[in-house]
Amino acid sequence: MLVWLIIIPVVGALLAWLAEHRTRWPHPRWIALITLIIELILILSLWVPMGTGDHGVWLAELRRPWVPRFGISFHLALDGLSLLLIALTALLGIIAVASAWIEITQRVGFFYFNLLMTLAGVIGVFLALDLFLFFVFWEVMLVPMYFIISIWGHEHRIYAAIKFFIFTQGSGLFMLVAILALAFVNYQNSGHWTFDYFDLRNVGLSPAAALWIMLGFFIAFAVKLPAFPFHTWLPDAHTEAPTAGSVILAGVLLKTGAYGLLRFVVPLFPEAAFNFAPFAMTLGVIGILYGAILAFAQHDFKRLVAYSSVSHMGFVLLGVFAWNVWALQGAVMQMIAHGISTAALFMLAGLIQERLHTRDMRRMGGLWASMPRMGAMVLFFAIASLGLPGLANFVGEFLVLLGTYRVNVTLAVLAVLGIITAAAYALILVQRSFQGEPRGTVKMPDLFAHEWAAMAAMIVFAVWLGLYPQGALNTAAPALKAMRGAVLAQNPGPQMATRTNDR
Amino acid sequence: MTGTELFALLPLIVITLAAIVVMLTVAFHREHSLTFVLTLAGFALSFAAAFIVLPATPTQVTPLLIIDRYAIFYMALIFASGFAVAALCYGYLVERPGEHDELYMLLLMAVLGAVVLVASAHLASFFLGLELLSVSLFAMIAYPRRYAQPLEAGIKYLILSGVSSSFLLFGMALVYAQQGHLDFAGIARTLARSQDLSDVYLMAGSALIVAGVGFKLSVVPFHMWTPDVYQGAPAPITGFLATISKGAVFAVLLRYFVQADGYSFGPLLTVLGLISLVSMIAGNLLALLQNNVKRILAYSSIAHLGYLLVAFLAAGPMAVEAVSFYLLAYFVTTLGAFAVVTLCSLHDQETDTDDLENYRGLFWRQPWLAGAFTAMLLSLAGIPLTAGFLAKFYAFAAGIDAALWLLVVVLVVTSMIGLYYYLRIIVALYSAPAETADMEPQAASSALTGGIILAALTLLLIWLGVYPTPFIDLISAIAADIT
Repeated sequence: MLVWLIIIPVVGALLAWLAEHRTRWPHPRWIALITLIIELILILSLWVPMGTGDHGVWLAELRRPWVPRFGISFHLALDGLSLLLIALTALLGIIAVASAWIEITQRVGFFYFNLLMTLAGVIGVFLALDLFLFFVFWEVMLVPMYFIISIWGHEHRIYAAIKFFIFTQGSGLFMLVAILALAFVNYQNSGHWTFDYFDLRNVGLSPAAALWIMLGFFIAFAVKLPAFPFHTWLPDAHTEAPTAGSVILAGVLLKTGAYGLLRFVVPLFPEAAFNFAPFAMTLGVIGILYGAILAFAQHDFKRLVAYSSVSHMGFVLLGVFAWNVWALQGAVMQMIAHGISTAALFMLAGLIQERLHTRDMRRMGGLWASMPRMGAMVLFFAIASLGLPGLANFVGEFLVLLGTYRVNVTLAVLAVLGIITAAAYALILVQRSFQGEPRGTVKMPDLFAHEWAAMAAMIVFAVWLGLYPQGALNTAAPALKAMRGAVLAQNPGPQMATRTNDR
Repeated sequence: MTGTELFALLPLIVITLAAIVVMLTVAFHREHSLTFVLTLAGFALSFAAAFIVLPATPTQVTPLLIIDRYAIFYMALIFASGFAVAALCYGYLVERPGEHDELYMLLLMAVLGAVVLVASAHLASFFLGLELLSVSLFAMIAYPRRYAQPLEAGIKYLILSGVSSSFLLFGMALVYAQQGHLDFAGIARTLARSQDLSDVYLMAGSALIVAGVGFKLSVVPFHMWTPDVYQGAPAPITGFLATISKGAVFAVLLRYFVQADGYSFGPLLTVLGLISLVSMIAGNLLALLQNNVKRILAYSSIAHLGYLLVAFLAAGPMAVEAVSFYLLAYFVTTLGAFAVVTLCSLHDQETDTDDLENYRGLFWRQPWLAGAFTAMLLSLAGIPLTAGFLAKFYAFAAGIDAALWLLVVVLVVTSMIGLYYYLRIIVALYSAPAETADMEPQAASSALTGGIILAALTLLLIWLGVYPTPFIDLISAIAADIT
């Protein structure tokens, strides 16, 4: 069952590529859309029984030997956290297809091939429980994304694509070394090679070794997240990527970094992670404020949204390392909410660029007059992004702040400033592009039907998650609880006292 | 010499016979395609012979050669690579004027030298094999003798190779003067007995041997010839030079270290560690500056030899395993890359099509060729699901196993640098075609053999990357066997 979640997008990718030169086949975009809808239905079918039956933490699992020489197995497993993120991936995949529907006109088949391969890699990342396999998927999602940016991107695409690739792959190599070091220490202790997540959770590292190995993982995830000071690839990659690429990058790829921190860094190295937590949380707060300030200073619509991602993902970093129930729930919520709101903003940026042929907000202004519906959409998602109560982002940020307050009051207070700065950059975005004096008199078409559909879907999710977050929270809760339980069982130190007295 | 010993020599005998048959056929009836078919048959039969003698291993044949599973593995690898090189040569030569048949004979002789190398258990056979390989290579590099570049490359290689061979020979003489033995096992015995490893003869001898071998492997600081010779030589021969010539020398170096217990000789390990370090750094940094695909591949091979040395220095069975897997992956990948260069250069006369500009937009003209090249480059860069990733994984594993932290960190950092120049080629492949480029799809006949080889190499590359277990089992059995 689980392996189909990966096979379906791969098969869809190949079909889309083959369809490019065959006139009797459906258009590649239809193949991509249908593939992702099947994927979404499949993941929802896994979701439905969750509320009813009495499952353990793992809803499904698959394990086959792969390279027995090193104890590497093809080990996939699905829990509530993975499920939420895969559902988000499939949903944003559909949004990405919608935003590429008209924009991509050249080498269409190869484009959808790369798009679906990226998604297959991401889904693999969310499922893999063998560290070697995880690394393989981690890299698999990278190569097609590189092609998406470098072939279909905007003016400086080559520079942005190479920067993206080198940052991600380079930091990935540090993770590979860390994975190997961890497996090797385990080999020395136990006498057999394994890369399995469950076996490697209790290796018994010395504190120094644990810290170094954890840093190897942390760098890879912090680059992907991105956390300050590893974020410099992000504005370039997001800005230069085609719209669908930006949607996938911001909506899904960044989440793999957060997922890695949640799934691997803290559970594998609890003590090292707790000693490191103040630094990581400080980096998170710096990211929140620095990203927000830089976002405010941008003239480029997409660049502004890109920097706002740095700011939002700072909350995730903060929440993960605060590591109590509220903060973790908040981090997961923030991941999903950010995925939806930022994907929507990038899609809108793409639509504006399509009509205006510029992303420069100094050349916009007064667009509301000609495109009122689009203006309303930008306003809605800008407000969602600044964290208005009633929308999903608010829930995420609020829970993270609540959790952080329990652990570190100073950082929580500083992080709250991020919400104020978010209001500043989100409103300036609307102000500069849609308010003010109209610049030109050219009549521009408002949203088309498929664009409406995509926007409407995202509004529904943003409002739904904002008003009734419990559904998503309940899905992730058992997984998060299990992770916390495993970590606390290993680390009953005194500094944990304040973190254990939750509900 | 007993019957078993003769039997064990079967692969060497078959390849020698093939060379003689090809020579005589060319003398009486000169026809390119006939020579080509005979050469391919020679390689195929030798490859089969390597498997036939497998039950007879290990057999020591005279003090000079040992046919064990380690030797058989490398022989099979070299024969298969020789087959691939011959097939590439055919397509490359068929459209060019001149006499082509002798190249195949030289190729068979060079391969004979390489298999002698991997089976040698004695410094004499080591030197003999190396010379047979090198002397054939001089002529192969300069084979298109009407043109300036191959001639220049051939002479450059001739002079430097001659100098390095004399270094090697003198080093061997010094080692012999101190040890009184030329066979690896004998050297190991005296090394174990004499506690004084700082003997001046031994030190000087080892240093000279390292210099000689370092030249053949083109590691820094003995690498100066590499880019020029790579660029000047015909593309299939460059592929030969990059894989078989280096791989065979590396295999014998590894055997020498394992069997003559070179790992107990501290100063030598330090020197090799330094060589590895500077090879990784210099190879990757210099590759950044190139605009010629063959030169980029030349510097990339220098860097890869540096990575290989990391695995090599790990010592123990893990080193043998890691080096063998790395060489397997490196052979497949590098031959594949040069197969692409060969296929792009089929219609050129004077020089190969190796300027990066010529590859711009290749994907939109010849998607399969560019796709295969992309796979090769990603493998060289070490991206998962390709052979190169598992090879790099092995190098990391071996390095971490032996706690060579400095080398491992340099390996990571230089691999990151290396990404840039591989990506540059990939960017060129996928960018919009330039106006001036006029590489029309190649005529099917001359591209056929090379195309088949490239397809096979690409499939093998992905097989090694996705399901390496059969190869890993094989190689770990060999590693357990030799150590």
